[in-house]
Amino acid sequence: MTGPMNNIQHLIPEFERWKERYPAGFEGSLTIPCLRRIQEERGYIADSDIDELVAYLGVPRTQVDEVLGFYTMFTRTPLGHHHLQVCHNVSCSLRGADGLLKYLCGRLGIQPGETTPDGKFTVSTAECLASCGTAPMMMVNEAYHENLTPAAVDALLEELTK
Amino acid sequence: MTSPATYPMPELSGRKFFMNFPPTEQSHSLHDYRARGGYQALEKALKELQPADVTKEVLAAGLLGHGGAAFPAGRKWGVIKPNDGEDHFVCMNADEGEPGTFKDRWILEYTPHLCLEGLILASYAIGGRHAFIYIRGEFDLPFRRIQAAVDEAYEAGLLGKNILGTAYSLDVVVYRGAGSYVCGEASAMLASLEGRKGWPRNRPPRLTVKGLYQKPTVVNNVETLANVPVILNLGAVEFKKTGTPKSPGTQMISISGHIARPGVYEVEYGYSWEKFLYEDCGGMQGGKALKCIIPGGVSTKILNAQEIKGVTLDHNSAVAAGSQLGSGGMIAVAEGTCMVRLARVIQRFYHHESCGQCTPCREGMGWMERILDRIVRGEGRPEDIDRLYRISNANDGTTICSLGDSAGYACTAILDHYREEFEYYILNGRSMFDGRLAVDDPFDGAVPAPLYHGVAV
Repeated sequence: MTGPMNNIQHLIPEFERWKERYPAGFEGSLTIPCLRRIQEERGYIADSDIDELVAYLGVPRTQVDEVLGFYTMFTRTPLGHHHLQVCHNVSCSLRGADGLLKYLCGRLGIQPGETTPDGKFTVSTAECLASCGTAPMMMVNEAYHENLTPAAVDALLEELTK
Repeated sequence: MTSPATYPMPELSGRKFFMNFPPTEQSHSLHDYRARGGYQALEKALKELQPADVTKEVLAAGLLGHGGAAFPAGRKWGVIKPNDGEDHFVCMNADEGEPGTFKDRWILEYTPHLCLEGLILASYAIGGRHAFIYIRGEFDLPFRRIQAAVDEAYEAGLLGKNILGTAYSLDVVVYRGAGSYVCGEASAMLASLEGRKGWPRNRPPRLTVKGLYQKPTVVNNVETLANVPVILNLGAVEFKKTGTPKSPGTQMISISGHIARPGVYEVEYGYSWEKFLYEDCGGMQGGKALKCIIPGGVSTKILNAQEIKGVTLDHNSAVAAGSQLGSGGMIAVAEGTCMVRLARVIQRFYHHESCGQCTPCREGMGWMERILDRIVRGEGRPEDIDRLYRISNANDGTTICSLGDSAGYACTAILDHYREEFEYYILNGRSMFDGRLAVDDPFDGAVPAPLYHGVAV
């Protein structure tokens, strides 16, 4: 999850397979899937990744920059090993999201948007994650954790710190 | 690994098209879907029907879009001529991001082949060679389930070249977004599919004329497409016997907030709203009274307990009551909730999600949020209420997409209903209801044991 990427060459065979299901001539569509895949591997998008992707897809650099700035799931800087995103939209707020956020930050000793000193946890807030019927909830990296209580948060943190 | 969202299977009277099987760990598989009669509609269509016949059947069934706007699906498809030699595309809108809405997630997690079959049928109907499933980036399990369904379909000869031995071929791409509410808007979704930031665009030209890659494109919601195999299996005449004459069929309703039994339900259009809330969903948490309902996602205007009396769950009835059924994402709010703070939560969302393309929305959303923030901090000014109305009016009809309009309506509908709460907050510098949002807060009074010795909030 750390360190800049030297190249994306080893991912290109995978990207080439993806291309087969797209109509020919519209490779620019692969910008977002490729960026997602690079970030999945490295944890964030480095400048060198952008250069190589631009060269591979033949899309303008500004297009990639705009995409990275627009979508909330892309990050240009490394996050903690576990990214805890607390939903604080309407349904979660009505079911205790404010208390969950406060409790979580209290346990980790950080504010929303910060990372613990050992780089293990980053806490942030998210708008609706379509888990309204099982609120309050948070997303840990890719996984949803729903119907959270203080005991459930404690158990989860214990599991993640192992 | 994320588990599927589990809710008790609700026992509602009326016909069910989707929630008519017991969800299990395997009910999403091709094997189980076929055991439920899956892909019979596709076989029939490819072998017995011309593309235009499929569209005709969907049109005759009166299927309305389930993404929120309730536009007739058959009319959208009918614009495209399947054999005109052009490329045509269908895009399944699985970017479920409207706060309060999580019903498509149920379909994607438990019966992904149903909507995939609908997507293949829609593509056949309009003569498409490529189709896309645009799924929101945060959806991990639904993504894996729909991708697995696509992979299974390829292996079984239900996708790819010469489907089921016929002349029809189709490739499907599952395209994962990267976190943006506005990409649920059809034209923004297509921009995102083209690998760009999700900016909506002016229409006309309609997307069915110039859509993805400037080619005629149909964008349909997950639930809309899931209805298509049902229609072809039942026939339009039988389908129309369900629901109401103007809203045929069923609607998946996802309900959350201060409701005793939150979850996903399927109701026939025309179902009693009060029965649904007070009996099927068990009323409010802790036996509280209902204060108001956000009917179909936060973009729809709130209705209070009086306003839903005698109203039924269908589009016409909801519009007559002064709101919309929208995407079926219902949020229940109990008595004692601070509507000023709730309005601020909603406004924060819209500010966060404004794509920034149109000045009234980009500036207005932030301005409205800052005003509400100030009121919540106890620093409201008497002129703030009028200012909120003025900014909302300035957004109305002046933006490319409806995000700006919706945000304004959401806020002013709360102001219309609960103006006295705002006035009290501004006058006294505090909430009439102590700023309460949660009725039964599981974190109330919980003291965290610090794991790290940092600065706690």
